[in-house]
Amino acid sequence: MIEEKDRTLKEKSLEKAPTGINGLDDITYGGLPKGRTTLVYGSAGSGKTLMAMEFLVKGAQKYGEPGVFMAFEETAEDLAENFASLGFDLDGMESRDRLLVDHVHIDKSEIEETGEYDLEGLFIRLGLAIDSIGAKRVALDTLEVLFSGFQNEAILRSELRRLFRWLKDRGVTAIVTGERGEASLTRYGLEEYVADCVILLDNRMEEQISTRRLRIIKYRGSKHGTNEYPFLIEEDGISVLPITSLSLEHEVSTERISTGISRLDTMLGGQGYYRGTTVLVSGTAGTGKTSFAAQFCKAACERGERCLYFAFEESPDQITRNMKSIGIKLQPYLDSGLMQIHASRPMAYGLEMHLMGMRKILDTFNPDVIVIDPITNLISAGTEIDVKLMLTRLIDYLKLKNITAICTSLVQRESTEGINAQEISSLMDTWINLRFFESNNERNRGISVVKARGMAHSNQIREYMLTNHGIEIRDVYLGPSGGLLMGSSRDIQEAKETAEIAAQSKNAARRKRELESKLKSLDAQITALNSEFEVQKEELDKLSSEEALRSNALAKDRSEMARIRRADLH
Amino acid sequence: MEDAAQNNNGPELVESDTTPDPEFYILRLYVAGQTKKSLTAFANLKEICEEHLGGRYRIEVVDLLENPQLARGDQILAVPTLVRRLPPPIKKIIGDLSNTERVLVGLDLLPVGEANVQK
Repeated sequence: MIEEKDRTLKEKSLEKAPTGINGLDDITYGGLPKGRTTLVYGSAGSGKTLMAMEFLVKGAQKYGEPGVFMAFEETAEDLAENFASLGFDLDGMESRDRLLVDHVHIDKSEIEETGEYDLEGLFIRLGLAIDSIGAKRVALDTLEVLFSGFQNEAILRSELRRLFRWLKDRGVTAIVTGERGEASLTRYGLEEYVADCVILLDNRMEEQISTRRLRIIKYRGSKHGTNEYPFLIEEDGISVLPITSLSLEHEVSTERISTGISRLDTMLGGQGYYRGTTVLVSGTAGTGKTSFAAQFCKAACERGERCLYFAFEESPDQITRNMKSIGIKLQPYLDSGLMQIHASRPMAYGLEMHLMGMRKILDTFNPDVIVIDPITNLISAGTEIDVKLMLTRLIDYLKLKNITAICTSLVQRESTEGINAQEISSLMDTWINLRFFESNNERNRGISVVKARGMAHSNQIREYMLTNHGIEIRDVYLGPSGGLLMGSSRDIQEAKETAEIAAQSKNAARRKRELESKLKSLDAQITALNSEFEVQKEELDKLSSEEALRSNALAKDRSEMARIRRADLH
Repeated sequence: MEDAAQNNNGPELVESDTTPDPEFYILRLYVAGQTKKSLTAFANLKEICEEHLGGRYRIEVVDLLENPQLARGDQILAVPTLVRRLPPPIKKIIGDLSNTERVLVGLDLLPVGEANVQK
């Protein structure tokens, strides 16, 4: 019995109202304290109103909790207009009783004060609004404006205290926004009334780049992330970026797609990139990073895939012209709408805006492959840690959508240890490094695969050339000392080898002829010997037959003689 | 809410048409229930009007507990709030109207300077 009571108590104390704001529910472990009031404060333009509004809109859309937005600063019309750009249809939601926006007009110059008063009118008004749509959520933005509207601060303070208690009694989950103050957290010390949850929004300029950050100052009765979290105001609202909330659960494809360069495909285990992976092409200035990217685009378009090119260095015209010079014709695909090039200066606006813009274009164009050329220029639009977080988010998004991305990266030194590349290389699945090799008064281009997740890639450095029919990867020639021969030395080596082969074949022919003639002469000798053999044999035969005749004759003679001599014959 | 406000405007407009007297005052006192503050405010207002406006005024009392929608329509936050609806422009005075001079200033019945002199 007691245990059960404990459990319900515990559950009750931890009950939370999810905000539906990307990432915020992760760092608050579920949302804002349900039935209580949260103070969101920050300087002007830090996104307080947006957070309050998104809390209500998401609450109504996703969690079936209607909300009342009491605006002390902006009129309902202004709010509806401002939030239309974020895709929040406030008017539509109001007409369906999911939301009620009530603008409280306060103008000190119109009001004369005399004697005792209270703010019962505000309570009645808010109470009616809550009841009329059955609101579970309330936002008061910016309550502090009240302080400018009334002179009697003592009354105001006691009325505010009453208001917060009243909100709690009504059981609504509320967000109250406040201006950041000098001595206290907020200008009028709102934090002394709101004890449950306090969130600080901050919009800071660092190296002339504005970064938004969010921090949970306190959250009574709940654990919460204590770091400062960068957040974006994206096209669909606020996005807080806790790195831990980034999932690694996207489905991966086993499909392989060509790089557009057959011999590079060979280097990558014979089939090219995996679809949906992210490829980094790093290299020093002039190594042909853009050409690699363009070649990939062309191959994609030839397969009939949609291709999106983000250019941060060159204009679309310049890219098409330059690529045409090496035989990569992109214009037909641009004309047919299969490919789009979006060019912008990286410093034109902050990283946040860039990523927001890119997301928007990605969603409307719906590409199969994209190029970010170069990704290093985006890095200059933010501070290191932010950039990494934002890029992680972007790449995550690409992977989720199974979009293959080629990111080029400009490195300063002729090595694979490019500072910029290293920061983002862990996000990349395949890393191709391009570099110049200087020898014999020449600069030649070499390509190597630094890493390629999930494929048996070549470990060899190859030479490649930008020809008038695209990029060509050449055969590997090893010099006498084992080093790679490139450029003219490779040509020389090539010529030398051809010459050697020619010489060798000549030699062989001569030797053959020699041997043939030797064989011929041997043959002749054999014939001669044979005939001599015959002669000798004949001679021998002749000799032996003569011998036989002679011995016969002799025997005959002897018997004749004996007969004649009348020898005693036995 | 808009409708409610208009309904309230209706009879007044007729009244102001029939009484084109620019010196005629239509005052509306917003209260929330019969509280001590609202009773004090009403008593103070009655006294001031009798003394300074003779018969050229009309007081309407609006109880927000009975007509809560008027809090939004007429932009009322504090109670009691006295609104001078006629003659234009609209003026608002909040509080229990215990400071007669300030009420007179608020109703444009007494210039700021004169108030000081009288004091």
